Amino acid sequence: MSPKIDKAQAKKVAKLSRLDLTENEIEEFSAQLNAVLEYVEKMNELNTDDVQPLAHCLPVSNCFREDIVKESLGTEKTLANAPQTDNEFFKVPKILDDSAAT
Amino acid sequence: MSDLKYKIIIGLEIHVQLCTKTKMFCGCALEFAAEPNSRVCPVCLGMPGVLPVMNKKAFEYSVLAALALNCEIASFTKWDRKSYYYPDLPKNYQISQYDLPFSEKGFIEIPLESGESKRIRITRAHLEEDAGKNLHTAGNFSQVDLNRAGTPLLEIVTEPDMNSADEVKALAVELQRIVRYLGVSEADMQKGHMRFEPNINLIITKDGTEYKTPIAEVKNLNSFRALERSIEYEAQRQLDEFLDTGKVMQMGNKSTRGWDDANQMTVLQREKEEAHDYRYFPDPDLLPVEMNDAWLDEIKSRLCELPLQKQIRYVTDYKLSDYDAHVLTAERSTAEFFEQAVSATIEQAFIFGGDPKKICNIITQAGLKLAHEQNCTLSELGFTPENVARLARMVEDGYVNASAANTILEEMTKTDKDPQTIAKDMNLIQKSDAGELEAIVDQVLADNPKAVEDVKSGGKKAKKAQGFLLGQVIQKSKGQANPKIVSQILTKKLS
Repeated sequence: MSPKIDKAQAKKVAKLSRLDLTENEIEEFSAQLNAVLEYVEKMNELNTDDVQPLAHCLPVSNCFREDIVKESLGTEKTLANAPQTDNEFFKVPKILDDSAAT
Repeated sequence: MSDLKYKIIIGLEIHVQLCTKTKMFCGCALEFAAEPNSRVCPVCLGMPGVLPVMNKKAFEYSVLAALALNCEIASFTKWDRKSYYYPDLPKNYQISQYDLPFSEKGFIEIPLESGESKRIRITRAHLEEDAGKNLHTAGNFSQVDLNRAGTPLLEIVTEPDMNSADEVKALAVELQRIVRYLGVSEADMQKGHMRFEPNINLIITKDGTEYKTPIAEVKNLNSFRALERSIEYEAQRQLDEFLDTGKVMQMGNKSTRGWDDANQMTVLQREKEEAHDYRYFPDPDLLPVEMNDAWLDEIKSRLCELPLQKQIRYVTDYKLSDYDAHVLTAERSTAEFFEQAVSATIEQAFIFGGDPKKICNIITQAGLKLAHEQNCTLSELGFTPENVARLARMVEDGYVNASAANTILEEMTKTDKDPQTIAKDMNLIQKSDAGELEAIVDQVLADNPKAVEDVKSGGKKAKKAQGFLLGQVIQKSKGQANPKIVSQILTKKLS
């Protein structure tokens, strides 16, 4: 059986996930990913013609909260774990392409 | 010279910020201009192990808006993760809706200059969370404020049914009125509550052949002006580019552009639409939403008459001009005040009440100005719709003139006295008693023999002279003479 994921695809997925992998790791992980996909492939043996896609693994829906304000962390705690701050904002390397995707 | 015609094709994506008290999946307060990074918690920070829970009000507000946009509401909807990496997105994914949005297939009617309306189809409306805000300072770093991260946004996508910047502006304004009427968004442009992304291209017919230019998407426009200008600019740019290069639409040559407000032009951001690989998948932390008839009916019951319907009704029922009807319906509270004043007139016609046009004049010419000065709504100014109806009747009957009415209205914001009493107290009642006015006229005529001569001799000076005499009478009466009656007396005496 031909591999589900070749090295080029593994590299692409790594890039999308911002992972910097060595050639050895690419080799290793594409083999692992193949094993996972082959395992999942087993499901194709089942006839799922009459089965609706599952949106959630629990048969539960409509879980809401009321629109009531709760206390937030505040600036000091929010920034406590940040690698770099100016005590007001998170400091990040300069953003050149400002095109947030929303 | 070759034969060339073109048509602009525009579709719109609009993000509307909902006016809930808290964020979409956590209880952090939505507060404009709060201290940076103060309205943040582990959920909107995307800390491991946290559990987001949907804000019911945000969902119901969205359904209400979608109903007003004539959308079909899905009986089943779910949340998806849209993966991308950006400093303002702490989780590295945005919670959004992918293949099962909560609503689709609607339309919005927009008013056109001609007085007609045009139907623009809505492809879908879905709910998603906003990202934080990046600030670009002078140094070699950027600042990130996550207060906005997790704010509920309603994303509305239209079909490419608009053909001019005017139509796009009309849709934007109409949508703003609708969401404000429904009370689901403040839709304050200055606070970024509405953001627009038009997709623009041209269909060019040249020498009998049709060409389509590559689509350009202009990102993140947050004013009506920028929206209009960017479309006008893009249309011209695409036409020039086509004539220059002959470039036409192909798979993958859609571009993304930004609006440079300082130079009033669009700027290329990304030439080739990279096949965006957002790797959407259902969010395992969030449960689907199932809509049932009872719940939907309950939300439907919160709908109100929409602004354009009102506007058309005012023109038909009250014989107002399209312009006046538009001004009155711009804000729901103004429209409701006007309607209360009109119904007070209808119900109690025997006692008082001016016609809708007079009531409209008082509201649009004086009331809204006062409201604007005091930065409040009409109903918050302190006078009642009934008293405005009374005042309108006083103008209609010639009891006070229009400028006195404005003075009385202003006084009504300060006291509970009715307009009749105020008119008396302030000595603003127009003199309509013919006998009394005749005496003043006689004196003015005696004092101004030259003008009298001019009127009597006819010719081009006559009209001006009569106007002068009328002015003198009004002045002598300290502005209280009814000009209509003075005119009649003057004409009679000078003929």
